[in-house]
Amino acid sequence: MSDLINISFGDAALTALLGYLVVFFGLVLLMVVVIIMGKIMVSRANKAKAAVPAAPTAPAPEVPAAPGSAGELKLYDTDPRDAAMIMAIVADTLGKPINQLRFISIKEVKEDEV
Amino acid sequence: MDILGTLQKLSMESGFAAFFVTDGGWKNLIMIIIAFVLLYLGIVKKFEPLLLCGIAFGCLLTNLSYFIGMGENALYHPELWEAFLDEASPYYHSYGHVMANAGLLDFFYIGVKAGIYPSLIFLGVGAMTDFGPLLANPKSLLLGASAQLGVFVAFLGAIALGFTGPEGASIGIIGGADGPTAIFLTTKLAPHLLGPIAIAAYSYMALIPLIQPPLMKLCTTKEMREVKMEQAREVSKAEKIIFPIVVATFVILLLPSTAPLVGCLMLGNLFRECGVTDRLSDTAQNALMNIVTIFLATSVGATMVAQNFLSGATIKIIILGLCAFAISTIGGLLGGVVMYYASGKKINPLIGSAGVSAVPMAARVSQDVGRKYNKTNFLLMHAMGPNVAGVIGSAIAAGFLLSVFGG
Repeated sequence: MSDLINISFGDAALTALLGYLVVFFGLVLLMVVVIIMGKIMVSRANKAKAAVPAAPTAPAPEVPAAPGSAGELKLYDTDPRDAAMIMAIVADTLGKPINQLRFISIKEVKEDEV
Repeated sequence: MDILGTLQKLSMESGFAAFFVTDGGWKNLIMIIIAFVLLYLGIVKKFEPLLLCGIAFGCLLTNLSYFIGMGENALYHPELWEAFLDEASPYYHSYGHVMANAGLLDFFYIGVKAGIYPSLIFLGVGAMTDFGPLLANPKSLLLGASAQLGVFVAFLGAIALGFTGPEGASIGIIGGADGPTAIFLTTKLAPHLLGPIAIAAYSYMALIPLIQPPLMKLCTTKEMREVKMEQAREVSKAEKIIFPIVVATFVILLLPSTAPLVGCLMLGNLFRECGVTDRLSDTAQNALMNIVTIFLATSVGATMVAQNFLSGATIKIIILGLCAFAISTIGGLLGGVVMYYASGKKINPLIGSAGVSAVPMAARVSQDVGRKYNKTNFLLMHAMGPNVAGVIGSAIAAGFLLSVFGG
């Protein structure tokens, strides 16, 4: 025990190296476990999707516009999820319900355009 | 009635007199000034205010009430805890003796000494943490590991500066940038250094936005900083529920000494994710976390007794703590650079600096710096992966050091 209390620099260096390796070993093993778990989950989800019989393709019913909707929104290099978040943030910042705002288009600004 | 004698007795028993008549009483005055400075930093500068205000006030209360040779009215008694830890003392590991003679802050400190508060804080942290980004990109665990470099380099530095093994381990863990872990390990290995180590850990965590950006610039090129990362996959609810169970089982079996921290972290996360314990999750995140923070902060502050704190060791700890933080950041960034090349330049190495734990401050810094170089870049969710991996990494590092030096 006193060896550990008055540890020499050489022993401390070995301990530090071992400690760093143990941290890596633990987290690498955990990474492997998480990757395997993820693959199992993704394949199960894919199987479940495939097992659902494809519904006969019927023409999509006309969906009435939401109350207060102001037509279509044009998206340029922006996926719908990001667009939804941007609109929610703008509505929250302005303190107005989203259906009282009119978004015409959302465009991603490229670095060379800034 | 001897009025003059009574007045003389009152004046001699007062704290004002104690500053000048007790051995080292003037040191209490310096500690009171330090407490004021810490209060200023917490309240005005908003440096980790939830903890720093409590720590500063605990420090103030201790140094107003405890003077050598005049301990009967003290809120915290360091000599009780010295006897508690002294194997030769008849009161070795005697909570009964502590409780029979304790002041208010001694009672609070029992929760620190028994390792209860840091574990309960981890319960709350687990309930507040979304491990989704880590599950979506498990490779970020590697960044959480590489960002523990500062822990072990600072440990070596501490040994080189003459600290003992357990003291060096406690100082090194500052590099984990995880307050509860630092307090947990220090209480077990070097309780006499708890005050300076806690102050260093929380101060540097608050200073992350100042410490990290220059190092990020130093370790990466402009081209690396501009990399825009692809959106990670969505993680299913089942994965999020299984994850805490798997981590607790796996990490505790690997390093049993991590059980209190990792066990509580993952229990809190299970409360959050399982969907049937919303009330418990809410309590762990809010009420319990707040209550424990009050007790933890004031009792840690109480250990800042002038006679222990005002020493050369404190200055060394402050310097080593800064080195630990900086080297951990560099370790994470170098890990990020390796992943940048290994992934075919698809990973922005700036997310590596978030591996130092300090959730979510370090991830925010990655986001801010990344956005400075590429306005279309959103690194926050990518950086949250290494950030929460850092929490697990620092708990494993602490568990290793506890296994080696804990006897």
